[in-house]
Amino acid sequence: MSRDVSITLQNTQEGAAITEAILADNEGAVRRDFPAMIKIDRASRLVIKASSVSDRLGRQWDPQEVHLSLISLSGSIDEDDDSLTLFWR
Amino acid sequence: MNAKKLTLKQKYIQSTRGLDWEYSYHSKEEIFPYAEYEGIKIHDWDAWEDPFKLTMDSYWRFQAEKERKLYAVIDSVAQNSGQLGVTDARYFNAVKLFIQGVTPLEYQAHRHFAHLARHLPGAGLRVAAQMQSIDELRHAQTQIHTISHYNKFFDGMHDFAHMHDRLWYLSVPKSFFDDATSAGPFEFMTAISFAFEYVLTNLLFVPFMSGAAFNGDLATVTFGFSAQSDESRHMTLGLEAVRFMLEQDEANVPIVQRWLDKWFWRGYRLLSLVGMMMDYMLPKKIMSWAEAWEMYYEEAGGALFADLARYGIREPKYAGVAKAEKDHLTHQVWTVFYNYTHAAALHTWDIDDQHMDWLSEKYPNSFDRIYRPRYLAWRKQAAEGKRFYNNGLPQLCQVCQIPMAFTEPGDPSTVSFRVSEYAGDKFHTCSDGCKDIFDYEPEKYVQAWLPVHQIFQGNCGGATIPEVLDWYHLKEGVDNLDYAGSPEQAMWNNWMVGRRGSDNLDTKTAAK
Amino acid sequence: MAVTSIQPNYSGPFRDRVENFHGNQLVYVHWEGHLNFCSAIALALPPEMPFRTLAEEVIAGLYGSDPQWASVDLSRARWMLDGVDWNPVPERPIGEQQVGHKSLIRFWTDPVENTRG
Repeated sequence: MSRDVSITLQNTQEGAAITEAILADNEGAVRRDFPAMIKIDRASRLVIKASSVSDRLGRQWDPQEVHLSLISLSGSIDEDDDSLTLFWR
Repeated sequence: MNAKKLTLKQKYIQSTRGLDWEYSYHSKEEIFPYAEYEGIKIHDWDAWEDPFKLTMDSYWRFQAEKERKLYAVIDSVAQNSGQLGVTDARYFNAVKLFIQGVTPLEYQAHRHFAHLARHLPGAGLRVAAQMQSIDELRHAQTQIHTISHYNKFFDGMHDFAHMHDRLWYLSVPKSFFDDATSAGPFEFMTAISFAFEYVLTNLLFVPFMSGAAFNGDLATVTFGFSAQSDESRHMTLGLEAVRFMLEQDEANVPIVQRWLDKWFWRGYRLLSLVGMMMDYMLPKKIMSWAEAWEMYYEEAGGALFADLARYGIREPKYAGVAKAEKDHLTHQVWTVFYNYTHAAALHTWDIDDQHMDWLSEKYPNSFDRIYRPRYLAWRKQAAEGKRFYNNGLPQLCQVCQIPMAFTEPGDPSTVSFRVSEYAGDKFHTCSDGCKDIFDYEPEKYVQAWLPVHQIFQGNCGGATIPEVLDWYHLKEGVDNLDYAGSPEQAMWNNWMVGRRGSDNLDTKTAAK
Repeated sequence: MAVTSIQPNYSGPFRDRVENFHGNQLVYVHWEGHLNFCSAIALALPPEMPFRTLAEEVIAGLYGSDPQWASVDLSRARWMLDGVDWNPVPERPIGEQQVGHKSLIRFWTDPVENTRG
């Protein structure tokens, strides 16, 4: 039975940058595209690193800015200054 | 010397916990009168860890940014006559169902989360509830703003709040939320934050928002995404709140389980209207209700309930019935709306061959055998100028308040009748799920304001249908009846001649 | 307990007591096997109404638009009232034949094998 965590993002410039960062930093993450949305699934754990997103956007990006691009998610949340993690306990 | 900068987590604790205090003038029970009566035991409120560490300053900043972006799109759609880019005017019946049925629930949620922001004993939960209350008000407002543009052209939207409180099919969402808001804080969190906003949320969101995307309604897509970004905080609150209750005391487990069984079922029944919209009202279809249920409940639910099993929680009691009803649910609900379109503030219509073939492909076990013959017979009656409208009023379920059109799992020719005796009266329900809910708290459901019974009591403007429709503020011959022959159809066809050429006209003749 | 409440022994108003219906009773009727009529139909009827009136006027009025109604002979229909077999007497008032407030009347007019809606 699948224990995937999941995040769905708006298909905007920021959403695209966050997506690329997630795919680069989380081996085994799977991307699916829908109209105006990007869904990413991964078994049990997924991390969004602020530094990875900042590199791709060309400016300092705060993990809490993910709120502007988020559509949906599945899993528990752990937030700190440098990253946002989705996980199942 | 430089002061050390606080980490996100430290800043959050200072800004939320640091502002709470121990009460000395009154007892905790007096200050939080709703905290214990449901039987839920919380031993340590400080054990609550907020999943998102969002302080008010960040909240305002992000929400303001979302609003700026959203209103820019709303303005753009209005300026560019976005309604002309929609696939077909029939699509707007989905929008009508939304503004009449869903938007008032956002407002109810706003009110009740404000109540919880006062009455939840834990400071962290109060903060989350406060933010959610503002989120939900924002959702109601943005939906009303967006749809106000469509209201300039299309019918049925003009008095949505008035209609929500009166029309027969709108008592379905209304009673759903009334049930939740008249429950205590812990049941409400389980019902709405968890069951509705976490377990079932995609079955509301995907049909409406993807439906909008597929059918050229950019404005709805945009308010949908804007609301969904808040929804991520809400769903996380729901999941963590349920976990918190389950972890605080073993005695909470059977209470939470009963609420899960109840609210899974109530949410599922409510969503049958959305399933109908998805299979019948979208000119360009995303997927079938059956496919959506498989993807968003049967598959996604697996991971969730595997996670909760450690606490002794099992899957909702009647999940198997929902699965068994998959091939029939939406066709039975469409049948209800087709029967009663003369009393509804939206249109239905006869199904064309292309649509029937799609339904046949998506529902190979049921459509051609049961529903295609019905729709062909109706089409024939309409072509003869005798479009069918049911001239009686439907029997409603005492709990979900939907007309009792659902059939026995395994026997789609037999309506599922259930009845309970209580205090010398009979109460009819549509299913084991609704009957269980009635039987557990009959004193609640005997108070249900059932639209059909209220009409017979003379509380709805008069004894005749025209008087009742007037009381509904429903414009006869405009808001109701078949799409064929409606003012909207005439308007749309006129626009399409100018926009795309006459080969896109819907040339069905009026059938009254 | 009959409801979870802050005040013990909470009780609320029953909205559909028979007294609220101006001398009528709620009665539900359902023509089995014809789910083009989406559900049972709710009626407010005086208990003094003879069964004949219910059958020949009310029920015929509700279902008469159906193309199959023309071939229906109600005198040969099978009836159930509140879950048990029922043999209504045409001249007697329904209120004297166990039809009470919120009774459910189901009837079958078709041969067993022809129950497609």
